[in-house]
Amino acid sequence: MEISPFVRDWVLIPAAKAFIIINIMAVMAGVLTLIERRVLAFMQVRKGPNRVGPQGILQWVADTLKLMTKEDIVPSKAERIVHFLAPVLVVVPALTVFAVIPWGPEIRFKLPFIGRIETPLYVTDLNVGLLFVLAITSIGIYGIILGGWASNSKYALLGGLRSAAQLISYEVPMGFAVVSVVLMSRSLSLVEIIEAQRRAHLWFIVPGLLAFFLYFLSGVAETNRVPFDLPEAESELVAGFHTEYSGVKWSFFFLGEYANMVTVSAIATTLFFGGWLRPFPNVAVLGFLDLLPPIFWFLAKIGFFMFLYIWFRGTFPRFRFDQLMALGWKTLIPMAMVNLVLVAVAALWRWQGLRILGGIEWAVFLLALVYAWRRNKRAAALLAGQTTTGHVQAAA
Amino acid sequence: MSDDVSTRARADHALDSGTAARTSTLEGEPLLGLHEMELNFGPQHPSTHGVLRLVLKVDGEKIVSVRPDIGYLHRGTEKLFESETYVMGIPHTDRMDYVAAATNNHAFCLVVEKLLAVEIPKRVQVIRVLLDELQRISSHLLWLATSAIDLGAMTPFFYTFREREQVLDAFEEYCGARLTLNCMRIGGLPVDITPRFLQMVHDFAGPFLKRVDEYEDLLTENRIWKKRTVGVAVFTTEQCVEWGVTGPPLRATGMAWDLRRAIPYECYPELQFDIPVGKNADTYDRYLVRMAEMRQSIRIVNQCLEILDKAPAGEFKGKVPRVIKPPAGEAYACVESPKGELGFYLVSTGGNKPYRMHVRPPSFINLQALPEMAKGHLVSDLVAVIGTIDIVLGEVDR
Repeated sequence: MEISPFVRDWVLIPAAKAFIIINIMAVMAGVLTLIERRVLAFMQVRKGPNRVGPQGILQWVADTLKLMTKEDIVPSKAERIVHFLAPVLVVVPALTVFAVIPWGPEIRFKLPFIGRIETPLYVTDLNVGLLFVLAITSIGIYGIILGGWASNSKYALLGGLRSAAQLISYEVPMGFAVVSVVLMSRSLSLVEIIEAQRRAHLWFIVPGLLAFFLYFLSGVAETNRVPFDLPEAESELVAGFHTEYSGVKWSFFFLGEYANMVTVSAIATTLFFGGWLRPFPNVAVLGFLDLLPPIFWFLAKIGFFMFLYIWFRGTFPRFRFDQLMALGWKTLIPMAMVNLVLVAVAALWRWQGLRILGGIEWAVFLLALVYAWRRNKRAAALLAGQTTTGHVQAAA
Repeated sequence: MSDDVSTRARADHALDSGTAARTSTLEGEPLLGLHEMELNFGPQHPSTHGVLRLVLKVDGEKIVSVRPDIGYLHRGTEKLFESETYVMGIPHTDRMDYVAAATNNHAFCLVVEKLLAVEIPKRVQVIRVLLDELQRISSHLLWLATSAIDLGAMTPFFYTFREREQVLDAFEEYCGARLTLNCMRIGGLPVDITPRFLQMVHDFAGPFLKRVDEYEDLLTENRIWKKRTVGVAVFTTEQCVEWGVTGPPLRATGMAWDLRRAIPYECYPELQFDIPVGKNADTYDRYLVRMAEMRQSIRIVNQCLEILDKAPAGEFKGKVPRVIKPPAGEAYACVESPKGELGFYLVSTGGNKPYRMHVRPPSFINLQALPEMAKGHLVSDLVAVIGTIDIVLGEVDR
């Protein structure tokens, strides 16, 4: 029996792709925890999980099983329905976003009974994809606020309030940063943004260096990660908004957090690093890089950003709440506005203007790096041989 | 315990006046009938460093008042001293400041020796000082680890524990214990040091300054670290003196008060070391002072090693009677523990047990400054303040 092309292209294939992506993401969150723990352990002169399975690679399976079999505790005076809904509200949008993430271009293969299949490696290419991402990820905030509120715990409430303020504040610079990319690509479709970068012979990280910093910084804040992990600051609020959660519900928050990290990384890759394009897509000499499939490049770039997340966690202390808000409103948002104006003006001259803007941005950035490096070196030279530091003086 | 009562009263007074000051500066009535929330912080909380319970009144995240509630770890140590002989009292001191047992042992022995008026051989003094300084380093390392993790920096924790292990291993080699050392006796030491112990201390002391540089690389010039600590919980010299705060918090205000120099004991006068002092009396300065103190301690350790390398074996006990019965009288002796002035006050009636032994624990007295320090800051700063005072609840509650 032949399946009609309509059913095949509009029902079966999207459903299969959605099924695969949701399952991969659920597994990926587990694998990412393992990777994170091993990488952190490497940075912190310790071994990390290495007991379950060879080199501990099954640790996340054991953890998942443990979470699944744990008792689900609901505090006595909690709002039971909201308490149940909150983790769902976190995890569903986090997974929905993956509908528009472009993992790779078209692939062709043949399946028994179904026949030749020609399909791109994304569920759908919305013409308002970027808007969709911003809108859907914002829904996850409700889950966090409601989870904090419904738990009937002061620590959870404080955590929920913190995250409400933080996430709403950081949506703004993130939105501005994203808009500047839209100005460059003249499209909201994520696939089209990648195509624009291919056509322009230019990754948007060149003219969008500032925008990238703004986006990624806000992204780290949006995902509640170090140094912006205030909503779940362990040393202050025990576990923040999910203090009163356990078992599967807790793991939903966890899954949501990791899925959001992947989303931020994937969007950063798409907007600024050419998505599935290989490095220097128009340099023929590097053609041998095409031996690796586009999805490899996409995943490798995501992996780099995930590593950045872990690196941050191994390096930085945590901001204080007021400092976080000050950074968002007083530094990032003005910077994002200036950046938007710069990009808008440069985009008048299309790619030439953007190239010049990029050149200026990178020159300033590199100069700042050199300055910071030399300043550190001077400080180190001053410190060397001293038994006391800074303005701490030795008294007789 | 009249001094404790009076300090309590002072604490309560400060609490009340602070609340009053706040309500007077508040503009108008609270909005929408919102009131301050009471938040129970501890005794089971990740960053109260033990079983400290704080009752907070918070306005949003701003702290209106803090009331420490202590006593969860009270074991009646001072009373226990009265029912046991002098030597049996030493292990009890281990359990007071359990991350710095050597200095506790030391202070206890000092006060009994003072009443006995025994001469401590030079070599014993050097070993005692060596143990004290190793203990100071290990205590400061633990402080750095925990206070960094309180502010969200998790990596220094593992770095410092790498070095702390070396110190604890050396202690283990010396006296068999890692934490509750019981490593001093009245008039001397329980055992002589071994060549292996000396080697282990050499191995630790050699690269240690580089390790301190490593910690400082992560924190000292870190912008977030500075944002979280500079100007937080300023406690001036006057306040410190008024509240009896000693140790690094006092020195961070610029006052060079270190008992190793101010009221010298053992062989400290003959050793070369500086007293690091700060300027701004804030959390950052207290951090810098402790980091500098570790560098100074390693200087002292190296000097002790130099002396001991020349005499790797020898006498480890002064001339003390077999049964220790100090003459009737009173004595107070104090040492500079990692946390501040640790003093023991002994009243003897000539028996083989103390008639009364009172402890002046630096943690307890420094902790009293907490409500004053934390007032007006945010909840996030509270954990920084608890960390910066460097308390050990075993010592607070005794």
